[in-house]
Amino acid sequence: MNETNVVRMANQIAEYFSAYPEEEALAGISGHISQFWEPRLRKTLAALVRKGEPGLDPLVIAATKELAAE
Amino acid sequence: MNSIRQADFGTPASKKAAEITLTVDGFDITVVAGTSVMRAAALLDRPIPKLCATDTLEPFGSCRMCLVEIEGVKGTPASCTTPVTEGMKIVTQSPRLEKLRRGVMELYISDHPLDCLTCAANGDCELQDMAGVVGLRDVRYGMDGANHFDEASRVPVDNSNPYFQFDSTKCIACSRCIRACEEVQGTFALTMQGRGFASMISAGTSLDDFFSSECVSCGACVAVCPTATLEETAIVVHGVPTRSVETTCAYCGVGCSFEAELKGDTLVRMTPSKSGGANEGHSCVKGRFAFGYASHKDRITAPMIRQNTTDPWQPVSWDEAIGFAAKRLKAIQAEHGIAAIGGVTSSRCTNEEVYAVQKMIRAAFGNNNVDTCARVCHSPTGYGLKQTFGTSAGTQDFKSVEQTDVMVLIGANPTDGHPVFASRMKKAMRAGARLIVVDPRRIDLVRSPHIEATHHIPLMPGTNVAVMNALAHVIVTEGLVDEDFVATRCEGADFGRWRQFVAGSENSPEALAEVIGVEAETLRAAARLFARAKNGSIYYGLGVTEHSQGSTMVMAMANLAMATGNIGRPGVGINPLRGQNNVQGACDMGSFPHELPGYRHVSDAVARALFEKDWGLKLDPEPGLRIPNMFAAAIDGSFRGIFIQGEDLAQSDPNTQHVTEALAAMDCVIVQDLFLNETARFAHVFLPGTAFLEKDGTFTNAERRLNRVRPVMKEATGLSEWEIVCRLASAMGYEMSWPDAAAIMDEIARLTPSFSRVSHGRLDTEGSMQWPVNDAAPDGTPTMHVGGFVRGKGRFMLTRYVPTTERTTRRYPLILTTGRILSQYNVGAQTRRTDNVRWHEEDVLEIHPHDAELRGIASGQRLSLASRKGATTLTALISERMPQGVVYTTFHHPVSGANVVTTENSDWATNCPEYKVTAVEVRPANEPSSWQIEHEQRHPGTLAIADPAQ
Repeated sequence: MNETNVVRMANQIAEYFSAYPEEEALAGISGHISQFWEPRLRKTLAALVRKGEPGLDPLVIAATKELAAE
Repeated sequence: MNSIRQADFGTPASKKAAEITLTVDGFDITVVAGTSVMRAAALLDRPIPKLCATDTLEPFGSCRMCLVEIEGVKGTPASCTTPVTEGMKIVTQSPRLEKLRRGVMELYISDHPLDCLTCAANGDCELQDMAGVVGLRDVRYGMDGANHFDEASRVPVDNSNPYFQFDSTKCIACSRCIRACEEVQGTFALTMQGRGFASMISAGTSLDDFFSSECVSCGACVAVCPTATLEETAIVVHGVPTRSVETTCAYCGVGCSFEAELKGDTLVRMTPSKSGGANEGHSCVKGRFAFGYASHKDRITAPMIRQNTTDPWQPVSWDEAIGFAAKRLKAIQAEHGIAAIGGVTSSRCTNEEVYAVQKMIRAAFGNNNVDTCARVCHSPTGYGLKQTFGTSAGTQDFKSVEQTDVMVLIGANPTDGHPVFASRMKKAMRAGARLIVVDPRRIDLVRSPHIEATHHIPLMPGTNVAVMNALAHVIVTEGLVDEDFVATRCEGADFGRWRQFVAGSENSPEALAEVIGVEAETLRAAARLFARAKNGSIYYGLGVTEHSQGSTMVMAMANLAMATGNIGRPGVGINPLRGQNNVQGACDMGSFPHELPGYRHVSDAVARALFEKDWGLKLDPEPGLRIPNMFAAAIDGSFRGIFIQGEDLAQSDPNTQHVTEALAAMDCVIVQDLFLNETARFAHVFLPGTAFLEKDGTFTNAERRLNRVRPVMKEATGLSEWEIVCRLASAMGYEMSWPDAAAIMDEIARLTPSFSRVSHGRLDTEGSMQWPVNDAAPDGTPTMHVGGFVRGKGRFMLTRYVPTTERTTRRYPLILTTGRILSQYNVGAQTRRTDNVRWHEEDVLEIHPHDAELRGIASGQRLSLASRKGATTLTALISERMPQGVVYTTFHHPVSGANVVTTENSDWATNCPEYKVTAVEVRPANEPSSWQIEHEQRHPGTLAIADPAQ
């Protein structure tokens, strides 16, 4: 999947949840991605997290640690 | 008298509760207070002669035909304007009344052409009927005096409107048409010109005909005309219909009920049903008149296939087409995996048809790659209302607006997009309701005859959430919160956090005024007006959802409604105005890739088990691809086959170049539609669909109302759409069948708790119902969240304003926003194939005079509209209803290429495209854009159908 799009979509989700306290924000981000993203998108994101994609919001990276480890 | 004419009780039903008993011709009857004598008599099946009265209009008392005798009352009062009183004794027929009525009728007929046998209304004329009822046998005044019908004095018939004619020679000056235009439609286009004998109905000014006047062709005047003065052109041509079938309009989310009136199998006229819950006898130019597309010459009725999209289409048998499609889809899955195919459902199709497609995808395709056109319109409504209230649906019925005191209308233009509901809004405003319009454009509801919004907030596109936060700030900081409601109905911790958030100085109107482009005091006044209203309601459209913060905005509106206690009773609520008739239904039916029917997540093992048991196979617990994800996956090669039900992705979805690149990359594109649309250029299989007049099923409108869609005529294709889907599913290896559409609804009811008491049988015998229809609410639910929210307690969500990344630059200094126009509908596939094109032959670009002057642009001039994504060429329309810096266009014509310009930006939660904000530049141009040249060149090859003889 287009990595630029995946980074943009993930960062938008993080931007919304960043209004919440960090613990809730991380749960919100990971919950949203697992509930609404098809596996191909999640795999692309996980690969981006693993390779340390610099464009990703730190909240996305923190929220998808488990996903990246799969 | 026309036997299929709807019953007419003369005056509207009273809304009072107290009962009154009276006597009519010696028979007792009990009616509610406020009922007219005329209506009471009609209810007792003793109709009183009438001409100026009809039960869709307030009584007028002008024709003097409905005179009655009332014991103890002097004279002969008009029964239409006389309310019943307790113990009243009424006589409807006597020698005196007979003489009076006959005398009145003589006067009418003395100035009426006696061409009944050749008159278009012969057999369907109330004047003719009443002449018979009163026993008119001669006209003592003769026919030779001053009149309006002889050759010397008659005014030519006005045939300017394509759908109806105006023949003033037949007018009896009853004013029904004028009153319908005022009371029902609210346009005030008609007036009585002249005085006394010279009185004549006039549309607009004396220089106007009907077409050039402000008439919006809703047909209300035609529906109430008691003679052939205002007559449908189709009746003039074909004569009076002889049978009728009640069905539901397939245009906007209002979902009007109509009597489809036929002669044999020829549909002659669509008459709005008085009993229709959504429209109560009203209609618009689309539903009332624009149905001719169903029999248009462009319609394809035979299945077609082709190996490559550069080949001409080959008409084939159903078996061959379905076999071809199944073989290709199976080959894709064999090579690229189960998830390499999917499909899209349509809001133009019935619940039953949509259910069949999503079942085919989940069961026969074996994945959850199903999405629907709501992705590009109201998917943020689904997300936002589920988070805050617990379910994805508008909270009220349309009638609720009658009880509202203050309406907030956000990002919607109902007079164009949802005209029948707009008429309800205007009526409420004339009765005293106040309106706050939040829209960049000065839409008609801001100010039009006899109505004016109290506040117009012409925000900069993309700042919706800032507006909501500013309003909430005022409500929270000025003590306007409904503390009791919040304390009893909402989650306390979430509310506390939200209150603190919106109270922050960064959310004050003063802090946000510059961003929004509206003065702080206007925002404060609007917030106070809404919060202090006894009943405050919010209505909204795609100007809310089609933004990068669409879902945030939906939650912000829900927050505002909860904070002010405006949920759970008539007159309040959050009400999405759905773009297409069955957007609500398509979403209900499990069209989203993460939800089974009834909004249950695919990962919910209990819900999944229910379907697995019924369908006899295991279902995928992972969410599938959304439409934009399908395009992205197609371009990267992992998604290669798609079934598209009644949806023109290549015209309607944003960033056309990206969409067409994705479609072109697929190995199997299957289009099920009436016409070879833009998407069909990229298709390999065309499965002809059925028009709404041929469908059997249900639509669910914006108020959750399940309306029956009944077949008015047989399928032109020989098969219903769901039967075609069943055949494809079976060819893919999953046996799927139902005996009829009613059985599909039975399955839906069996598997979906909110539909558990729905059946075609109940809808046929008891009428439409609003879901939930279940054991707790066996007759449906007009108002949701009464006493408690679906999720238990309402949840306030934080709604920080995040500006869109789509911003103006020196290169692209204007913001483009898009929308619909009254006469056309979405991609125009239907309305472009009717006479509605006379009102809108092309999409134009509306631009503020100052922006136009800066660029040397005049109205009517061709101009280039360019964004970072692409360019197109349109005709300019200079318009003061546009704010400076914002331009606007519609997307009804493929050649306009409005979506060539729109971008890939989308809502953070749902990927709903950000159609409403695109940075653009506009400059004079006299040549088509490169995309338009390419589009024109592609035309013949991609849509050619092979000569069967070859």
